[in-house]
Amino acid sequence: MSIDQSKIRNFCIIAHIDHGKSTLADRIIESTGTLTSREMQAQVLDNMELERERGITIKSQAVRIIYRAKDGEEYIFNLIDTPGHVDFNYEVSRSLAACDGAILVVDAAQGVEAQTLANVYLALDHNLDVMPVINKIDLPSAQPDEVVREIEDVIGIEAEDAPRISAKTGLNIDEVLEQIVTKIPAPSGDAAAPLKALIFDALYDSYKGVIVFCRVKEGTVKVGDMIRMMATGAQSEVTEVGYFGAGQFIPCDELSAGMVGYLCASIKNVRDTRVGDTVTNAARPCEEPLPGYKKVNPMVYCGMYPADSAKYPDLRDALEKLQINDASLHYEPETSLALGFGFRCGFLGLLHLEIIQERLEREFGLDLVTTAPGVIYKVHKTNGEMIELTNPSNLPDPSEIEYMEEPVVAAEIMVTSDYVGAIMTLCQERRGVYISMEYLEETRALIKYDLPLNEIIYDFFDALKSRSRGYASFDYELKGYERSELVKLDILINREQVDALSFIVFKDSAYERGRRMCERLKEEIPRHLFEIPIQAAVGGKVIARETVKAMRKDVLAKCYGGDISRKRKLLEKQKEGKKRMRQVGNVEIPQEAFMSVLKLDED
Amino acid sequence: MRNLELYVHIPFCIKKCLYCDFLSFPADEDTQNAYVEALLSEIAYYGTKCRDYCVSTVYIGGGTPSWLRETQTERIMEALRRSFSIVRDAEVTIECNPGTVTDRMFFVYRRAGINRVSIGLQSADDAQLKMLGRIHTFDQFLKTFDLARRNGFDNINVDIMNSLPGQTAESFYQTLQQVLRLKPEHISAYSLIIEKGTPFYELYKFDAVKQQAGLQPVELPTENEVYRMTKLTEQLLAEAGYMHYEISNFAKPGFACMHNVGYWRRENYLGFGLGAASLMENIRYTNIRELYPYIEQTKHLREGLWQNENEELPATNLHASAERITRKAQIEEFMFLGLRMMEGISRADFEKAFGVSIEAVYAEVLAKLQGENLLVKRAGRIFLTERGQDVSNYVLAQFLL
Repeated sequence: MSIDQSKIRNFCIIAHIDHGKSTLADRIIESTGTLTSREMQAQVLDNMELERERGITIKSQAVRIIYRAKDGEEYIFNLIDTPGHVDFNYEVSRSLAACDGAILVVDAAQGVEAQTLANVYLALDHNLDVMPVINKIDLPSAQPDEVVREIEDVIGIEAEDAPRISAKTGLNIDEVLEQIVTKIPAPSGDAAAPLKALIFDALYDSYKGVIVFCRVKEGTVKVGDMIRMMATGAQSEVTEVGYFGAGQFIPCDELSAGMVGYLCASIKNVRDTRVGDTVTNAARPCEEPLPGYKKVNPMVYCGMYPADSAKYPDLRDALEKLQINDASLHYEPETSLALGFGFRCGFLGLLHLEIIQERLEREFGLDLVTTAPGVIYKVHKTNGEMIELTNPSNLPDPSEIEYMEEPVVAAEIMVTSDYVGAIMTLCQERRGVYISMEYLEETRALIKYDLPLNEIIYDFFDALKSRSRGYASFDYELKGYERSELVKLDILINREQVDALSFIVFKDSAYERGRRMCERLKEEIPRHLFEIPIQAAVGGKVIARETVKAMRKDVLAKCYGGDISRKRKLLEKQKEGKKRMRQVGNVEIPQEAFMSVLKLDED
Repeated sequence: MRNLELYVHIPFCIKKCLYCDFLSFPADEDTQNAYVEALLSEIAYYGTKCRDYCVSTVYIGGGTPSWLRETQTERIMEALRRSFSIVRDAEVTIECNPGTVTDRMFFVYRRAGINRVSIGLQSADDAQLKMLGRIHTFDQFLKTFDLARRNGFDNINVDIMNSLPGQTAESFYQTLQQVLRLKPEHISAYSLIIEKGTPFYELYKFDAVKQQAGLQPVELPTENEVYRMTKLTEQLLAEAGYMHYEISNFAKPGFACMHNVGYWRRENYLGFGLGAASLMENIRYTNIRELYPYIEQTKHLREGLWQNENEELPATNLHASAERITRKAQIEEFMFLGLRMMEGISRADFEKAFGVSIEAVYAEVLAKLQGENLLVKRAGRIFLTERGQDVSNYVLAQFLL
């Protein structure tokens, strides 16, 4: 069965978070009859439990839809859903590489937002045709005309005939479907040429092995073909090819140029499959691989340790499996005196970190201890050597350090004019350097600041939201490294340094941070039989101290009528509490304490 | 003949104290009478099953056993004697609440063979008694105590409590002094525990958490203050000639409560009545806790099998649970119950009971606790240090395997 390329449309939907991307995807799937409405669940593409709960899209998802257009022809739509959060630009980029066009969803009430722009630029980078859609026109505050003008002014793309829809109610979805046919280009590529397919996602299935999601750019692939991954060199025989139903895999005979689908090739080793790699035919390889995506480097690092040290191999396997479809996740083994064997993991941002942590806990049933996240510092040593520091414990002796640099981001904050003052104060507090401010409209300003990354990875989003009553939106990109006065803050518990609690901090903030850290730990560490000093130190000098007083009395109540079971339960409860503790010297520290540095700014 | 202790539960109280989470409630006289009939059936039934045992202690507890008509108490005692071989010098205790006992009642108790009285005082301060929701005054307690003495009771226990809301070491000192003046043979001194499901829980739950965390509670005394009260108790009672023989219990020489000591030594005991617990040859039973079902079931008492996950245990239709105590649990109990007594546990007893030395099981724990100065090994015995007594929860929890 060969499919006429001119009847295929490969596209994705891009939008700022909350502008209704997933809802529009649902409507498109629904109105083309791919699912009956009985099968339809809200946001069918967001099939990870976590995604539904948070209402966000983390992993890209693909679905194939048959649409009978008004010209009487049937078209195949391959819709690829993309995440909207700034942390997941990398995922967006991957999805775009599989598409020929993009639907840009803009909220009729909120207009163009920071992430709208970022995604449009990504799409244009990939030479995609962008088709705007104005969503949420059913809202009382909708101003579609203004938004059309804004799209044309700010983004510079034609929007006059953009469909004005409500994805929620289904209004004018037909118009969107027709425009997909007329405005999104059909794929090109020679089905007879040597195979050249881009891996844009992959997942591990315990029965099928690795399932590779790919976009065939040239050539054809079918069951029985011997394929090769061009970057890793791994070869294997194709056992199944197919396309994506809503939430299921549907096998077919072959995938040819222009098509989006999946293939299984009994690939057992997850490391052999790299998202962004090119698949070719081993017997008849193409000459050049496709350009991969811009490699994205992690910005935030933290240590992850299994709460139960026997689960170390499980954590390793879990990270390996997550990495096959999330190449932006980095990890390498490390050890901590306090926490034992674990991994130093790199993430795109704090949300990415949280998502991975939650996926490890939910999907793999792991109980984790996570250390405070940090950024990558460049340490220039007196001997001319430069090291990239991801773990504060590895900081060389101060006498060996010439100077240090920290990553700085260019941040753009869009905020209504009422909160400009509050947001600027926040940026100043976080060591921000003011760059510019412009009013996009009378009531809306775009503020630009350069901010040290380590000032925004903890709770900047939360602070931004609370100080703007949720009206601010925020985007950033790495600007570069700048020289900075940084010190390592160490925590000593009962006079023993706890490596997992050390962190790098701006010199002038060290005292304040140290003091709060000690206060926080005092609350977290239960009383022991002896007094426990908690000290914060910089370069061996103690700068703050708190004390956990010794427990004086701990006695059980009266025993009634030989009711021993009840006494036992009390003792068992006491013992159970200890299991969630980490032993450091002779002090037991609750696992939560290792994350407590994150909460320093809560008051 | 194997040793056996008997416990009889009387779940009735005129009014429930605000801190109490024991199984007790008010009841009219008809209900009380029906309950006693049920008890008599239960006693008679088990009597036929325990021919190989001789009874060393009897304890009638509650609730408020002294709220029963004395003739009913007498019938219970008669039933016990008829059904069990009670040794001649057995310790036979009844719990009494001040204000519920008359001269006549104590007379009948003596006649029935009861030789020990335990009186719940809790505090010598009337304001505190009222705050606890107790039904009596300190004066009424004095009268009750005096009546007991005059009826020949030469083994009397007084219950007192520290860590009460608003209490200071000074006010607790008054209670101690008042009690010592009476020279009871035995004093139980507990700390108030805020238990879930009581009115006090709703009032003081946050305070209790603060107290436990070593912070400043609003109404409850601080941990430091409670510590002072405990030390004051130990000091004053020692000076007055009382032996501190168990974490919360003090007695003149020869007057330790044998019944309670039996619990710590894991003797066999049979509990009669609503919700009562028994330990028979390492099977633990608890009776049903609902009054009318209990009364109903005693009318058709019969033997049956209790189905647990992997075995069947002999039981009756009065039981709400039956559980064989595994060897591991026996070892744990041996330790965490035995160590409640100041004399601690004997290595020889351990070896005799479990066939291995105590070090084979607990070498690490013992070394750790010794290192922390919480435990002492001496002359074949292992016992808590004074510091170990103060934080006994911590120490005892270490013995769970």
